[in-house]
Amino acid sequence: MNIINRHILIETVERLCIEANYQIEQDVLDALNESQNKELSPIGQDVLSQIIQNDIIAINDSKPMCQDTGIVVVFLEIGNLISLNFDIYDAVNEGVRNAYQNGYLRKSVVKHPFNRENTKDNTPAIIHIKLTMGDNLKITVAPKGAGSENMSLVKMLTPAEGYEGVKKLVLNTIFNAKGKPCPPIILGLGIGGNLEKAALLAKEALMRPIKDKSEDEIARKLEDELLDEINRLGIGPMGYGGTQTALAVKVNVFPCHIASLPVAINIQCHASRHKTIIL
Amino acid sequence: MKITTPLTEETINKLNYGEKVLITGTIYTARDAAHKRLVNLIVNNESLPFDIKNQIIYYVGPTPAKPNEVIGSAGPTTSYRMDVYTPLLLENGLKGMIGKGERTDQVIEAIKKYKAVYFGAVGGAAALIAKSIKKCELIAYPDLGAEAIYKLVVEDFPVVVINDCYGNDLITENIKKYANGGKNNE
Repeated sequence: MNIINRHILIETVERLCIEANYQIEQDVLDALNESQNKELSPIGQDVLSQIIQNDIIAINDSKPMCQDTGIVVVFLEIGNLISLNFDIYDAVNEGVRNAYQNGYLRKSVVKHPFNRENTKDNTPAIIHIKLTMGDNLKITVAPKGAGSENMSLVKMLTPAEGYEGVKKLVLNTIFNAKGKPCPPIILGLGIGGNLEKAALLAKEALMRPIKDKSEDEIARKLEDELLDEINRLGIGPMGYGGTQTALAVKVNVFPCHIASLPVAINIQCHASRHKTIIL
Repeated sequence: MKITTPLTEETINKLNYGEKVLITGTIYTARDAAHKRLVNLIVNNESLPFDIKNQIIYYVGPTPAKPNEVIGSAGPTTSYRMDVYTPLLLENGLKGMIGKGERTDQVIEAIKKYKAVYFGAVGGAAALIAKSIKKCELIAYPDLGAEAIYKLVVEDFPVVVINDCYGNDLITENIKKYANGGKNNE
């Protein structure tokens, strides 16, 4: 039995929120450097150079890489041998509240989609809980900005539309978004399941390391083809034209109904932020 | 090219799409909620919290400043959300905007009609951009928090001209150039 202390959980969430906002992951920085070398457009190269400089300043000066410090998405994988003697949702939100206050992060959450009054502490977080076997508590904290989230969508295709239909939908969505989601982007695709499962698969796909490939053969083919085709759309860094529109495409698949082909497209800007820890 | 604010007709005429520009002078911040209020004031014939004539509005909601800082991280937000409000502001004398992403055809038309300019800053370069902001003063709507209107003094603030006063659009033009992996540019 692994007994989790409430204070440790709160402090961990606080630390992960701040670190995610200040420190870009090394694999993302490597991918940005690689794309700067590959970019053909001079203005695109200049944009990538500003992004890389920015991410290094954020690490060195301990400040947010982006002013949109996001709404916080938290994935919790809770082992069956974990003992929690407290309200986990409440504790995660307390960690978020502390982080956004103590870390000088922007409070970007409103209480109601229509009256739009700020909650002033960036809570509530969006919390996804999965039950696993063992005595680990795995916490992933992913602050997500609105610029790229606003360009995301879920669409129910017909089985007849198939693989090519998915590609067409993705390419149209990325082309229509142009510079708005802050390219170079990382693309998370959730294919299968149902409406909400597809959306969650797409978000989970964005948590994968930038270089990894899907273990599913068809998904892996789709990842490779879409990355190539997206980078031939011409959008480029910030939409100023260029060859580096996406750093990676991640496809997660799941079984689905005989009549359905759910597709979720979750776009992640270049400020891809997520930190994971196991307690 | 280096330019200073407020914007003159002479400066605006010299700015062509794709030009890299460093801005020095005073600019004002406003995003969704502040735009809604500004436009309501204009519609009701009431005075604005600052004179927008010949000024630049920067679409930004900065992070809170740490005790030793002028401002926190301060990169651009996506401009299309302001598109419904922009033509009326341009009609009333606003000359420049800084944001990210493309605008609607109506906004591009209004930029041409009222001889204005839309600049792009690099989205997500918020810590870098903050270094060019030397002063920050709250001038209206403190209840909006990060969305309040701030008067900023900037030095060599880095932008690119996306839409010039001649109706050109960097995004449309350059995407055509680099479509098909840049082969159209050869």
